[in-house]
Amino acid sequence: MSNSNEPMTGPVTSADRPAPIQAIPVRHWGQMIAGVIVIALLAAFLYAVATNQNIDWSIVGENLFNSTILSGLWITISLTILSMIIGIVLGIGLAIMRLSPNRVLNSVAAGYIWIFRGTPQLVQLLLWFNLALFFPRLGIGDFSVDTNTVITAFVAALLGLGLNEGAYMAEIVRGGILSVDHGQSEASMALGMRRQKTMFKIVLPQAMRVIIPPMGNDLITMLKMTSLVTVIAAPDLLNRAQTISVRNFYIFELLIVASIWYLVLTTIATIIQSRLEKRFARGIAARPSTRARVLKNLKPGRVESIAAVTEPNATPEDHGVKS
Amino acid sequence: MTTPMVKAEDVHKSFGQVEVLKGINLEVRAREVFCLLGPSGSGKSTFLRCINHLERVDAGRLSVDGQLVGYKERAGKLYELNENEIADQRQDIGMVFQRFNLFAHMTALQNVMMAPIQVRNEPKKDVRERALQLLERVGLADQSHKYPSQLSGGQQQRVAIARALAMKPKLMLFDEPTSALDPELVGEVLDVMRNLAESGMTMIVVTHEIGFAREVGDSLVFMDAGVVVEQGTPREVLSNPQHARTQAFLSKVL
Repeated sequence: MSNSNEPMTGPVTSADRPAPIQAIPVRHWGQMIAGVIVIALLAAFLYAVATNQNIDWSIVGENLFNSTILSGLWITISLTILSMIIGIVLGIGLAIMRLSPNRVLNSVAAGYIWIFRGTPQLVQLLLWFNLALFFPRLGIGDFSVDTNTVITAFVAALLGLGLNEGAYMAEIVRGGILSVDHGQSEASMALGMRRQKTMFKIVLPQAMRVIIPPMGNDLITMLKMTSLVTVIAAPDLLNRAQTISVRNFYIFELLIVASIWYLVLTTIATIIQSRLEKRFARGIAARPSTRARVLKNLKPGRVESIAAVTEPNATPEDHGVKS
Repeated sequence: MTTPMVKAEDVHKSFGQVEVLKGINLEVRAREVFCLLGPSGSGKSTFLRCINHLERVDAGRLSVDGQLVGYKERAGKLYELNENEIADQRQDIGMVFQRFNLFAHMTALQNVMMAPIQVRNEPKKDVRERALQLLERVGLADQSHKYPSQLSGGQQQRVAIARALAMKPKLMLFDEPTSALDPELVGEVLDVMRNLAESGMTMIVVTHEIGFAREVGDSLVFMDAGVVVEQGTPREVLSNPQHARTQAFLSKVL
């Protein structure tokens, strides 16, 4: 048994190796000209915006960290996170139901997805907000409460966003589950594991690799989608910005304030997403412990170390097959 | 006479219009190594999968250790077992697949420890000890912390055998365990299986390894087109095949 875990040797370099080729690279004239045009247009636009008499930039600056704006920002963040949690939990449940041989569960999930994907998000928000028109009181028999005290604007927003997200997440999770090789669940069942254990211990952990990237995408979409709750007067970022502009009439300035914050949030979310994507893209299979990976990532020369960590996944030849 | 470990009486199985098993009759005695030979598409893998109910039998009776597979009989009537009862039946039957099917997100050790902990709720400490012993038995004590993709095919298959053995099965099913392996890795897996046979395990092996069948097998069945063509000891069938179909097949693989 020979241990061949050392990396493969690179191309052989010898003393009589010819000098590297010295040549004039291809000039991408089209690209250069296009770049100049784009920069010129961008500069012109920025100049127009910056010198526009109708935009008072000092108002933007003053309101960026206004406490009302920050409270709206907080509502937007918590709405996003809570709706995503509702969506993910629901989505996993619905996906499992959708793939179940049980026809009742299967049809219930299919019906749910049909309804929530088939109606606009905005309409759903309005429906939840106006639930009291249909059900003035919620509860059974003597135990009931006034609908409007339970379904506040925030709760309506949460239901509207979360339940809708569940339907989309269900399709993402279903795709992830179907991507896991059937042999995995077969091996699990052959060991006597029941369906549920097979799903939660074997299939879902491996489906995460496929689920995570689109999930991150949904998170970013959700961040922006929360602005819809303005129509039901939930005090989110956009709603707060508009409340201020109603008072001081700086409509455009406050929309810019809101846009800046949305951009900041989506940028952060995008960075998190691409990190996660990189982590999961190469498969969760061949990886050392989390601690080892974290330590490796902290070391200098991080790029190479990531390559080294993930390399065993590539081809059998790449990682020193033992016999 | 003792109960046979596996008894098949006129077992039929169809996939849609295609009848894959057309009445299989055979008996596997306890502690014997039973080899199934035949061209691809002959139904040998399907039959193996029927034994632990990965496929449902359409007609006939199939029993393991005196218990019907997938059904229970009460007052002359057959009742289908529910999913959980089927899972319980599978606990005592180990299976090794052609493509290993190790759980990709777990180390070799975790793969072996999985079922006893999840299915039998055995204490983790005991299971871990046993799992390490099993990995040592298949010659992989030093690889226990590795993930399947860091192991060679032969190593993966040996872990898969250890994983099946962790449930202390009374019967082991091997579905072409060496067919997906590089030729030079076949030997290490066959060694483990030979060792297992010597320890007295009842084994049903679907294989193309004629040498293994001749050397380790106690019985051999040649299947073609969903029926048992010829049956006997490996020596009889391999050196003196009676049927033209068997002769033709053996002339190509020997």
